[in-house]
Amino acid sequence: MTLETVLLVASALIAVGVYGALSQQVVVMVMMGLELMINGVILAAGGLWWFLAPDPSGQVLLLVVIAAMTVEMAMGFAVATLLHRQAGHDMTDMAAELHG
Amino acid sequence: MNLSLVDVGFWLCAVVSVVAGALVFYVDSMARATYALAVSFVAVGVALLLMGQAYMGVIVILMMVMEMAVMAVYMVMFMGMNPALMPMSMVHSHRSSIAAGVGTFLLLGAGAVLVPWPTRRGAPTGDVTSALGEAIMESHMIVMIAMGPVMVATIVAGVVLSSHRTRYDRLGDDLDRRPADDPQPGGVGR
Repeated sequence: MTLETVLLVASALIAVGVYGALSQQVVVMVMMGLELMINGVILAAGGLWWFLAPDPSGQVLLLVVIAAMTVEMAMGFAVATLLHRQAGHDMTDMAAELHG
Repeated sequence: MNLSLVDVGFWLCAVVSVVAGALVFYVDSMARATYALAVSFVAVGVALLLMGQAYMGVIVILMMVMEMAVMAVYMVMFMGMNPALMPMSMVHSHRSSIAAGVGTFLLLGAGAVLVPWPTRRGAPTGDVTSALGEAIMESHMIVMIAMGPVMVATIVAGVVLSSHRTRYDRLGDDLDRRPADDPQPGGVGR
């Protein structure tokens, strides 16, 4: 386990997340792609902390990343609920118009 | 080349997290996709534990398992199908998405391998968790103070966006519409 290998694994996670977020049609699956990207960011941040500067400041940054993920998740579910309620959409292609 | 137990554990977590992450977009049902994503997160959480971050690793595992449970309930509520049984392949721009994913991996991977990373500065304290606790309650308290309003704003925005009918739908933007606009007349006339 070296910094390079940790970052490579994180890169793979982010790449799979990019593929998912771009290719999926169902809103929830797009959110899963975003989650996977943040998963990679968490691993990369954890690796950078452990291998470069293991003082508490880096862990505070990690906490912020995890909090950002919860915000993304909550807002994503709220917007998806709104889309479903207003227009019955659960696919991104159906929600081409923004006004309700 | 001698592999330590930590190395073996890390590679196991690495393979499990990436394979489970890829399975999210390969399996036939959304329920399985959710479980695959949960497995990927748990593997990353264990990798964090291996890198000496007990609190972060545990918090990632606990949060993500709960989040995936919420996601499963959400799918049952809204997706209009039995998420465990309905096969699905709903993709668009498949080739360009694969190209974007591969390109991202090559770019980030090249950065990971080619950048001359500095050597480690300092050493972790004995109790990383209590050091983190002291940091967020003392020197880095501003981060937590900033995060509080963000969380409250998220709660408010989430409720506003997802609630079906509120008093503003009944009584108008200024709450002065009488009688209230109800789908079914009746009530106590307020």
